[in-house]
Amino acid sequence: MSGAPGREAALGDGWELVVGLEVHVELSTATKLFCGCANRFGDEPNTNVCPVCLGLPGSLPVVNAAAVDFAMRLGRALGCEARGAVFARKNYFYPDMPKAYQISQYDQPTNTDGRLELPGGHTVGIERAHIEEDTGKTTHIGGGGRIHDADYALVDYNRAGVPLVEIVSRPDIRGAEQARAYVRELRAILLAVGVSDARMEEGSMRVDANVSVRPAGSDELRTRCEIKNLSSLRALGRAIVYEAQRHVDLWSGGERPRQETRHWDEANGRTTPGRSKEDADDYRYFQDPDLVPLAPAAETVAAIDAALPPLPAARRADLAADGGGAVSAEDAALLVERGQDGLVRAAIAAGADPGVAATRVANDLAVEDWAPVTPEGLAALVAMETSGRLTATQSKQVLAEMAEGGGFPDAIAERRGFQAMAGDDLAAVVDQVISENAEAWSRFCAGDEAERKKLAGFLTGQVMRATRGQADGAAVNRLLAARARSRP
Amino acid sequence: MSGRITRDEAAHVARLARLRFSDEELDELAAQLSAVLDHAADVEALDVTDIAPTSHPHPLVNVTRADEVRPSLDRDEVLAQAPSVDDGQFRVPPILGEAP
Ligand SMILES: [Zn+2]
Repeated sequence: MSGAPGREAALGDGWELVVGLEVHVELSTATKLFCGCANRFGDEPNTNVCPVCLGLPGSLPVVNAAAVDFAMRLGRALGCEARGAVFARKNYFYPDMPKAYQISQYDQPTNTDGRLELPGGHTVGIERAHIEEDTGKTTHIGGGGRIHDADYALVDYNRAGVPLVEIVSRPDIRGAEQARAYVRELRAILLAVGVSDARMEEGSMRVDANVSVRPAGSDELRTRCEIKNLSSLRALGRAIVYEAQRHVDLWSGGERPRQETRHWDEANGRTTPGRSKEDADDYRYFQDPDLVPLAPAAETVAAIDAALPPLPAARRADLAADGGGAVSAEDAALLVERGQDGLVRAAIAAGADPGVAATRVANDLAVEDWAPVTPEGLAALVAMETSGRLTATQSKQVLAEMAEGGGFPDAIAERRGFQAMAGDDLAAVVDQVISENAEAWSRFCAGDEAERKKLAGFLTGQVMRATRGQADGAAVNRLLAARARSRP
Repeated sequence: MSGRITRDEAAHVARLARLRFSDEELDELAAQLSAVLDHAADVEALDVTDIAPTSHPHPLVNVTRADEVRPSLDRDEVLAQAPSVDDGQFRVPPILGEAP
């Protein structure tokens, strides 16, 4: 699902896409933002609740120091200014918030004015990253799951009061691929600084997209729609493309989009209208009188800066430098995203071919836990592959076993009876196949590129049959080409 | 009374707070709310050039607690106070519209 950043679906002639993203991230603190209830996903409903997060009269919130620290760490990693901040009440009636208000930050957020640089080089401004509490979870019962037809709703307040950071980008994103790259990079940063597990599918990272279009080259901001219910990167990309086209069609037909919230309908691949923005947004924010301001001391900010781990961009650069140009940008991005860059760099330091080591690890999605794979083991495996002792397919199988704690690659390969036929043995088989298939061989030597490719497949297949799969396809191809060149 | 708040505005605020009033009550409330704003305007008229903005009467900042789990309430006790309960959860009437 990656797709090369920068390759964007074309919008209608003369139109430019303008996207800003609002990303809510649950912080992985032990407790909630304003009370000592456990912040834990998946517990029995309403077991992590207390007078504060139930909004019972007389209860008073006290800020979780770790939540503030996490939010500031993220802010500094995004290049934000760390500021004095004030908590405010966002007033509304909805059963997911028993107090009838959500505590958030309004005009004085913890982090402002940052930036996020995408792997491709494009920079997206960060307007703010503020702290707020999550809401409870409502489940609509009856009416086929549709909100408007439901018979009643059930509410679980375990999630009410869980600390969130909302990261609001500037409308600097110009395409669906860029939007996905932004979310991927933000997720990599969140994982690197260790403040959230940032799982879109489980809802600990939630993305809303503000989408509008404008004539290419202009800098106006036209009516935007906020798209909700985007639960995967794929949904994010599809929703942006759909919504942008809807706007282009409206403007082109002399109409204008209505400013509103819309929902992404994954099954039907379209957005549907939700709440109109015109009569909403009357939240009557005011400072929460129960909470005093946050005023981070300069030393606190300096200590956070000093303790920040290497960020994804720097780690990609380090990996590229160690790889001496042999590690592809895509492999580097994937490895850093999954936290496997350390393993690959250590394997390179232990003598592994950088390109093969990176590709072997980056391509292996089946492995869930890489802890048992040591850099030395990986380097030994890569050496076996580059020297031709193992085929690429065999190498993947050995790696899978290494990840399951199987030990060193040569022992695994021997146990499995893996040994790529190489050198003289392989050359002898190739020569035999050539002599047994004289007609195919002369057509291979005389044919054009297409013919050659077709016959190479046939001849390689014959070699594979003769060696019962113990030959490396790439090595066979090299031998065939060499024999054709030296043909009298 | 300066009439800073109209009856329609009072009705709007009442709707946001899910309160229902008669027209007479709205007129009375509009007058009272206007008086509150008049008072705010009086304060606003003072010269506060040399006074630092305060967000709170207490001279306190950074009041926090350690990130340590404390016992939560017993669920049965919590749900016993709810008008309607189902399957360990609060049961509420169907919600028209979506969460903000
Ligand atoms: Zn609580």
